[in-house]
This record gives sequence, C-alpha cells and structure tokens, in this order.
Amino acid sequence: MQQIFNFIFKNSTRLLFLLLLCISFLLTIQSHSFHRSKIISSANFLSGGVYQQINDVSEYLNLRTENEALALENARLKSILFNTKDTSFLKRMDSIKGIPADDILVSKVIHNSYNVHENFLTLNSGSNDGVKQDMGVINDLGIIGIVDNTSPKFATVVSILNVKSQINAKIKKSNHFGSLVWNGKSTGFVQLIDVPRLASVRKGDTIVTGGQSVIFPENINIGTINKIYIDNKTNYYTLDIKLFNDMTNLGHVYIIKSKNREELNNLEKRNTNE
Amino acid sequence: MNSTLLSNIFRFILLLAVQIVIFNNMTFLGFIMPLPYILFIILYPVNGNRSGLLLASFSLGLIMDIFLNSGGTHATACLILAYIRPSIFKFSFGISYEYQTIKLNDVLTPERFSFILLSVVIHHFTLFLLEAFQISFFLDILIRALLSAVFTIISCIIIIYLIKPNKR
Repeated sequence: MQQIFNFIFKNSTRLLFLLLLCISFLLTIQSHSFHRSKIISSANFLSGGVYQQINDVSEYLNLRTENEALALENARLKSILFNTKDTSFLKRMDSIKGIPADDILVSKVIHNSYNVHENFLTLNSGSNDGVKQDMGVINDLGIIGIVDNTSPKFATVVSILNVKSQINAKIKKSNHFGSLVWNGKSTGFVQLIDVPRLASVRKGDTIVTGGQSVIFPENINIGTINKIYIDNKTNYYTLDIKLFNDMTNLGHVYIIKSKNREELNNLEKRNTNE
Repeated sequence: MNSTLLSNIFRFILLLAVQIVIFNNMTFLGFIMPLPYILFIILYPVNGNRSGLLLASFSLGLIMDIFLNSGGTHATACLILAYIRPSIFKFSFGISYEYQTIKLNDVLTPERFSFILLSVVIHHFTLFLLEAFQISFFLDILIRALLSAVFTIISCIIIIYLIKPNKR
C-alpha cells in the first residue's frame, strides 16, 4: 500500500498529464464523430455572450454593405411581386390549414469560422426562439448550413464548409441529384459527388437543393458548376461548384422551420420499425 | 511567489482575451490564423509548479475549444506542449537550464528564438493533425501548420517586445 502511494506521489505530474490527455483525446474524438459532444460548443452563455458583445461592435463596420444587400434583396422581391401576372404563379397554400408549410426565423451570425476542416457558425437565436437541431439555415443568396447544437439563447450551425456535412442537392434543369460535400480546400467552392453519368452537365449550370431531405425546401440556390471530373473509381461525376454565397462574410440569415418534418420523420420511423 | 501567481493569472486572461477578440478575426489567405495565446505556456516560469502548468494549459486549451467549436484539439495540443516543455528547454538552453536564470520576455537571442520556434511548431503540428483527424490531408496539414507557425511566431515576438519591462 505504501509503495502504491509512493509511486503515485513520485509520478504525480505524469499521471496528471495522462489523465488530462485522456480527457482531451476523448473530447477530440467525440467532436469528430457525427453526434457531436454537447459540452464543448460555442452555444453557451459564456462564449455566446462574448461573441454577441464583439458582434455588437463590429456590426457598425458592416452597416453599409448590409444595407446594400438588403436593398438588392428588396428590389428582387419587388420585381417578383410586380411581375406576378396571375395567381398560378403564387405559392400554393396548404388546402387544409391555409398556411405555407415552412416558417422562417430571422437570425444573425455572431461568429463565423472558415479556416479549418470542420467549420461551425454561431447564431444569436436559440431554443427560446424555437430553434431546434437539424433545421436548415439559408440567406438570400443560398444555403449556409444545418443547426447542430442549441442553448436557450444561441445555436451552432454546421457550415457547408465542413468536411462532415452532406446535403442533398440537384441540378436545376435536369433533376439529377447528388450529395454536396466539401473537400476542405477552398472557401469559395464545394463539391457535388455521385452524380450519375447519364446526367447532362455543363459548366455554368445552377445547382439547387433537392427535395429528398426534409431539412431544406426544394430549389434553394447553392451555386454554379465550375469544373467537371469523372471519378475513376465509381464512374460518377464529381462537380466543382462555385458558391453564390461568400461564406467568409455572413450577416443576417434565415432559419427554416419545416412544419412537416416531424410528421415525415415519424412516418419514416414507422416504416423502418416494421 | 504571490506576485508571479498573480501575473500568471493576469497573463492567462489577457492572452485569451486578445486571442479571441483580435487574432481569431485575423485570417490570412482564408486559413492561416496566428495563435499567440500559447505564449502563456512559453512564458510560464521555468521552475514553476509543473502540475499547475499542466492544469492551466489544459483549461487554456479547453476555453479556446469552446470559443472555436473545435472539440478538444486545442486542449490536447496545449497539454502536449506543456508536458514536453522541459525537454525543449534542455534542447535550447543546455542541460543545466534549471540553474540558470532564464528570462524569456527579454531581448531576442538565438536560444530564446529556438525555444519559441520549437514550441510553436510542435503545438501547431499537433493541433492541425488533430483538427483534420485524417492522414489523407497530411500535406495540407503540414502547409497549414508551418504557415500558421510563421505568423504565430511573429505575433509572439511582437507581444513579447510590447510587454517587456524596459529597465534600460
């Protein structure tokens, strides 16, 4: 017994190092697995609060560009409104409830990262505003990411510039779909993989979100095709896509609350159970 | 003793604040970010309590992880740097470093520079390796670690010269 205590006292530094190393390794591995740890995220009152304060100051520097973006978006919306000639162009209402299936929440990016392989954003609205895990986040130019963790006031978002993110997307004109991933190289480009060889793709074609996931509504802009490769191993197309969004400069964003999601999830769960 | 403890706590908070408010928003070419917060581990007193350094660098890294959403990568890298710090001392100042009075925050000499260089490179390499967590990104990791290390060293030296007590 005495010897055990002696050993512990003699090697206390090394033992402490090993203990802390185990903890930090566990946290690292957990952060790389798909279901991320809930403890180490910037959606807590401390870091969220600090980012909110920093953002309150830096916001003033971006007021002009933010205003210009808003004016542009207003002009675009006005043009859609004025050009609607008949009611067939309007969004079809839900015939029973009389409201659109999607609800939109306005939020703001208070911290943006784009320089590592797994990038996350922090938003200044959380579960108090009704934000839940797996909601889609977009802005007026295109998609941004998917909500990951939430706290009462803040939420973290898996950016599309994250090598772990995978989003269903399709070619706008032909409906051939693939998965949107990021190879971790450039912040302006993402990749669309597993596009079948049958699809007719051309440089400059628009890529939009597909209707296969419940996270994003169909036909939200993503980007245009910049380069086309054929994957030698699988014989599928891999497309380099130039994003419409500048992911290094994000301000206000919209969070999409899909009302049908729970119903669809329940239905699919019932199918797999049987 | 008490004043070194206080100055260490002060340095801990100040470096974290500077890192989060200023250097986290400083990115060159989209992926190079200087990380001068590890100056806390570099400037920790040579003969200070080793367990204290381990605990402090672990929490330093963990706070950075919380702010950067990076799991435990910063904590691991800081911990490893804190643990092998005596060996780096031995390498750059000679075997009897414990009996010399080493002051790191002073005029830059080759010994001090080699110590800072080694510490920063080791920390950054561990950090980016854990951040990517895939061996297929190896070349990418190497480029990122080395380029970021250059910027970290420059910002570290600037900070050392700024906070240096000027007696002469």
